[in-house]
Formats: sequence, C-alpha cells, structure tokens
Amino acid sequence: MIDRLKTQISFLVMFFLLIAVGLFQSWSLSLAIFNLCLISAIMALGVNIQWGYAGLINIGVMGFVAVGGLAAVLVSQPPVLEAWSAGGYGIILSLFIVLIVVAIIFLIRRKIKKIVAKRILIFLTIIIGLVLLNKFYDPAVSSIEAINPAKTGFLGGAGLPIIISWIVGGIFAAAIAWIIGNVTLGLRSDYLAIATLGISEIIIAILKHEDWLSRGVKNVTGLPRPVPYEVNLQGYEWFINLISYINNNKLSKIISIDEKNELLRNLVIESSGLFVKICYSGLLVSVLLIILFFCNRALNSPWGRMMRSIRDNEEAANAMGKNIFKQHLQVFILGSAVLGIAGAMLTTLNGQFTPGSYQPLRFTFLIWIMVIVGGSGNNLGSILGGFFIWFLWIEAEPMSIFAMQLLTSSLEESSLIKSHLMESAPHLRLFIMGLVLLITLRFRPKGILPEKIRRI
Amino acid sequence: MSTLVDIINAFALLSNFVLVPAISYGSQLALGALGVTLIFGILRFANFAHGDLMAFGTMITILFTWWFQSLNINLGFLPTAILALPFAIILTSMFAIIIEKSVFRFYRLNKSPPVILLIASIGVMFMINAIVRFIIGPNDQRFFDGEKFIIRAGEFKEITGLSEGIAIKSTQVITLIVTLVAVMLLFYFLNRTKTGKAMRAFSDNEDLALLSGVNPDRIVLITWIIAATLATIAGTLYGLDKSFKPFTYFMLLLPIFASAILGGIGSPIGAVVGGYIIAFSEIMLTYAYKKFFIYLLPDSLSPTGLVQLLSTDYKFAISFLILVIVLVLRPSGIFKGKTL
Repeated sequence: MIDRLKTQISFLVMFFLLIAVGLFQSWSLSLAIFNLCLISAIMALGVNIQWGYAGLINIGVMGFVAVGGLAAVLVSQPPVLEAWSAGGYGIILSLFIVLIVVAIIFLIRRKIKKIVAKRILIFLTIIIGLVLLNKFYDPAVSSIEAINPAKTGFLGGAGLPIIISWIVGGIFAAAIAWIIGNVTLGLRSDYLAIATLGISEIIIAILKHEDWLSRGVKNVTGLPRPVPYEVNLQGYEWFINLISYINNNKLSKIISIDEKNELLRNLVIESSGLFVKICYSGLLVSVLLIILFFCNRALNSPWGRMMRSIRDNEEAANAMGKNIFKQHLQVFILGSAVLGIAGAMLTTLNGQFTPGSYQPLRFTFLIWIMVIVGGSGNNLGSILGGFFIWFLWIEAEPMSIFAMQLLTSSLEESSLIKSHLMESAPHLRLFIMGLVLLITLRFRPKGILPEKIRRI
Repeated sequence: MSTLVDIINAFALLSNFVLVPAISYGSQLALGALGVTLIFGILRFANFAHGDLMAFGTMITILFTWWFQSLNINLGFLPTAILALPFAIILTSMFAIIIEKSVFRFYRLNKSPPVILLIASIGVMFMINAIVRFIIGPNDQRFFDGEKFIIRAGEFKEITGLSEGIAIKSTQVITLIVTLVAVMLLFYFLNRTKTGKAMRAFSDNEDLALLSGVNPDRIVLITWIIAATLATIAGTLYGLDKSFKPFTYFMLLLPIFASAILGGIGSPIGAVVGGYIIAFSEIMLTYAYKKFFIYLLPDSLSPTGLVQLLSTDYKFAISFLILVIVLVLRPSGIFKGKTL
C-alpha cells in the first residue's frame, strides 16, 4: 500500500517538475524534455531487464542504441539503385564469404579433435577468407562510395515508413545480442562489463567508418517523419480552425481583422511545433506502455520468478534444473531488443543519424545511473529513473550556471576567475550525475522505488 | 635484386614508423595497466575511474608546469613537466586517498559484491571527469617544452647515409627511461620489501594474510598511492608525447583494460607485457607495409596496394577486439591472473 502511494507521489512530483519547466521556461522545451524522458525510460527498462531481472551487467548500451539508429536509416531511406548496381553484388558476395568462413570455423571446431591441427586450420581459413574479402569487398566499397558522395555514397535503405524501423531496430539489436551473448555470457560480471564496453565501441567504430552502410561520419540527415511536418500543418484548414477554436478568448478581444489574422498566423506557427511534439509524445507513450505491460507480465510470471532465482542464487537455480546460460542469453536478447527499439525511436525523433554523437558517457553510463537511481528490478522505478535523471541532465546546466552566478556575484564583472567559473559551469552536470549515483548507492542502494519483496 | 642497403633501409623504415612509436605507446599503456591490475588484485574490482584519475594527475602536472614556466624555472633541454611530476604525484595520491576514504571504504568494509564497487567507480569517474573539465576545460592542451628531438630523420640520414631516416623524439626516450625506472622500483617493492610481500599475500589470499597480521587498511592505502602515482606518470608521459585532452584519457581506459586482462589481471608482469602487445598490435596491424616490401622484394613482385591489414580508422578498435578474443579464449590471460 505504502509502496503504491510512494510510486504515485514520485510520478506526480515528476509531472509537476515538467509543468514547472513549461510555465517558467517554455512549453516547447518542456515537451522536448518529456519526449527524451520517454525514450530514456525505455532504455532504462531495457537495462533493467538485463540487470534488474537477471543481474547481467551490460555496459554496451550505446552499441545497441546505435544499431537501432542504423535500422531507422536502413528502413526509411530510399534505395540508391545506382550504388546497388555498382557494388551491391560485391557487398553481398563479401557477406556470403564471411558467413562461409564462420560456418567452416564452426565445423572445424566441432569435427577436428587434435588441438594443433584445429588451430592451424582455423588460422588458414581466416587468412584465405581475408584474401578473398580483399578481392571483392574493397572494390565494391569504393565504387559505392564514389557515387554522388555529397548526397548518397551509400547503398540506401528500403524506403519504407520509418515507424517500421522501431520493430526492425529491436530485431537488429536482438540479432547482435545473440552473437555477443553467445561469446561473452560465460564470463563473470566484471569481465562481462568490460567485454560489452569494448564491443559497443567496436560497433560505433564500424558505423563511423563503413560509409557504404550508413554514410559514416558524413551522417544521414532529413529522415522522414512518422508525424506531419510543421509547414504542412500550417496550411491545413482543420488545424487553423482548431487553433482559432482553442484561442477563441484571445482572438475575440481583438476587433481589427488584420490584427486578428496576424495573431492567428503567429499562433498557428507557434502551435504547429508544439503539435508535432505532442504527436511524438503520443507515439512514444504508447510504445512505452506496451513495453511496460509486457515487462510487468514477464516479471510477475513464473518466468520472472525463475529469473530472480537465477539472479539471487545461480547454483541453486542450476540444481533445480534451470539452464543458466540459456536463460541469461534469452534475457540478454530481450533487454537488447528493447534498447534497439529505443535507439530507433531516438533517431526518428532527431530526424538524423549521426554516429559521431554516440558517446559512452551519455548513452551507456547515464542509462545505468537511471536504473540504479530509479530502482533496479522495479519496472516503474526504472521509468521514474529515466524521467528524473534525464530531467536533471538537461536542467543541471541552467541550474549550475545559476548557482555559479550567485556564488560569483561578489566578484567583479571583468575578473578572470569569474569568467572561468562561468564558462566551466556546464561541466558541473557530470559532477551532479556522479554525486547522485554515489549518494543513491550509499544511502538507498535499492533506488527510489525499490524492488517489491514478494512473499508467498 | 635487393641489396644489403635495401634491407637495412627497410628495417630503418619499420623502426621509425612501428618500433619507436609502439615502444613509447606501449610503455604508457603498461604503466596504466599496472595501476588497474594492482587495484584489481588488492581491492578486487575493475576500476572504471582509472582513465580519469590519469587525466586528473596530468592536469595537476600541467598546472604546476605552467606555474614553473611563469616563474622561469626550467630544466634546460628536458621538459618542465618532469620537475612538476613529483608534486603532481603527491597531490594525486592524496586525491585518491580521499576517494578511497569517502567512497570505496564503505563498500569494502561491508563486503559488497565487486559489481557494486564497479558501479561506484562509474560514479567516481563522472565526478573526476567533471572536476578535470571544470578546472582545465575540455580542450586540447600542449605542455611540452625543451628539446623536441634527439635525432631528427634528416640528421640520421646524413650520419648513416641511408635513404630512410629514424626520428627519435625526446619524449619517447623519456617515456622509456621513466617507465623502466618506475617498473623496476615497483617490482623491487613488491618482491623485496616487507610491505610489498604483505600486499602480494593479501592479493593471493585475503583471509590468510589477515590471520598473519597484515593490516588491511594500510595495504589498501598503499595500493591507492601506487595506483595514483602510476596513473599520474602514465598520463603525463602520454600527454607529453601527444597532447592532453580529458576525453582522450577517458577513451584510454579500454586499451588499458585490454592490456591488464591480456597479461592476466592481478599480475604486474602481465600488465607490462600486455601493454606492449596491445601497442604493437595496434600499430603493426594498421601500418601500410607497401614501402617496406618495395625495399625488400624485386621490382617485379612489388605490391600494388597499400599492404595494410586494417585501415587506420580501426586503430582503437583493435585493442577492443584483442580484449574480446582474450576474454573468450583465455580469460585468465597470458600470465594466469585471477580467474574470475
């Protein structure tokens, strides 16, 4: 009962904070924060599935988010037919070669018993594979990248509506997680953390430098939107009517028709931006609710009980006949899929895919702070953590600048110390994040909304 | 046909672009990895804040260097940073002890699982990162002064009459000498002194060491002091050789972890070997061997491509790749560190 009240109060406080931003700063900013809060909450849910349910420590969040973003590009961009005819054949052949090499290595590992022979054969297969790849892959890549490099220079995508990419992003991330999980899940927690961190950096390196895939650091901008564009909205009859209906009070006070039209036009322009953001919010909220529904069902089902038993006592669960590796792999894939979905949504919201912007501090460690602070093992807790930490991440900057102004108000305007302090104030938000994490970990290790203790 | 001169030229080329840079980069990684490995061996957690501790130490060195430069104190042909280094080591060690007392001690005494310490180190990482950026800013800083080269490529060519020169920067020699001294002192300390032996005993079997009267608080404090010292030295050497940028130091964390794990985490000798292996593979795998083969092979066999195994874009990714391969195939590393 008290738990429930605490949850409600926490979310109410969060809601009022966002309202306060709307009143004191601007509604547009408030909605922008709200949208990113929603995406952060989904990412936190993904990490919570891995860490909170099963105790897997995945510090490669960034990689899965970026893979989701890649899906948004590959689904929504129109295919570049010229590039396909120039190098598509070579790329497909190269992929085929990679698959064959991997298959042969697996066969060798299975069939050949002698260790020395096994190693030599695997080494030879890899070398032959690399030579073959060199022959087909490099010319294909350079011919693709040569085609209109300023605009395309890549294979393009499927030309489908971008909203499909939210599912495709999840599938991509799940596939990558399957590969990574098979390789790394046998490791103990610290090693798993370091390995996933390394793998996520490799994924980003590939996205940055394989231009034929997603233009690399040249970025893909102007992704299509699942919601209407502001310019189109401003032309729609129904939208103008809606705005004039909402602002009836304000408009009716003005008598002159010219002034009235002028005001209406300004209002329409202003609200079209808000309307677009609200549309996004609607989409994001519905995805969040769907994922939350499944998460809660999973957590309360026998499956969730099994996961908790594995997390709390691996040996005992194993003795009860649970296949630890298989279950870990399953939960790793599920969590990564949620991260991929969030990644695709983020790229859709931004309208562009910029591999250079993926930084571990922002896309991995910040998400971890959300989960720890919100409450690991509790779905609503992770969502609250996502909201609260993202809000803090955005608002910490103006807050620290304000604090610095107060602190340095006694100093002269031209003083060097003051200008340095003011300039460096934005960096304090990293400090605040670290402090919040350490304080939570020390004084409230279960987070703001702790996991429910279930008694039978 | 290739003559003897051609062969010597080929190896001079390789020394200039692979051997010399790899040795200095490897030394910097080795010092960093030693710190990580010691923390892991004694405190039993992977310290994600080590890269930022390096940045902090380097920042202090830079501040002292600037102060000395403004007072016109310098070491002639040596960089002023060498003079600033001892002060930076003292301050960074004190900083590390403050962190230990205020953050890690609590979890250590509560016998928290290593994962909780790891997460706490992420919080510490954020805070140090903020402090460094707050004080010195996120931009590139160069603080090298003094003589830049020991031998320039041109001079080398004149002296030897070869067509390929070897340039040796003074920072590279300083790196090597400082690393040798630091590693030798550390190994002497660990193997010969009573405290060092107590540390090794503590790392090997905590309960047994406690029974034998080893004071855990003292061991932990000394470990932090050594780790902070090594981090400051490694960071300063890296900054002298290249340049100082907080973000780069954060990114150094992965090659450093890779070196420590490759050598066998918890094993000091492994950390040193791992550092050099990672550095050599990063540079050798991304070097274009075209010119090397032109010298060695007859004209008819000269390569047409760059003969480069991986594009330089993937330089950083190589250490991660080695890390993952080691973790999967032999998680205990070359020198059989702690199996997790």
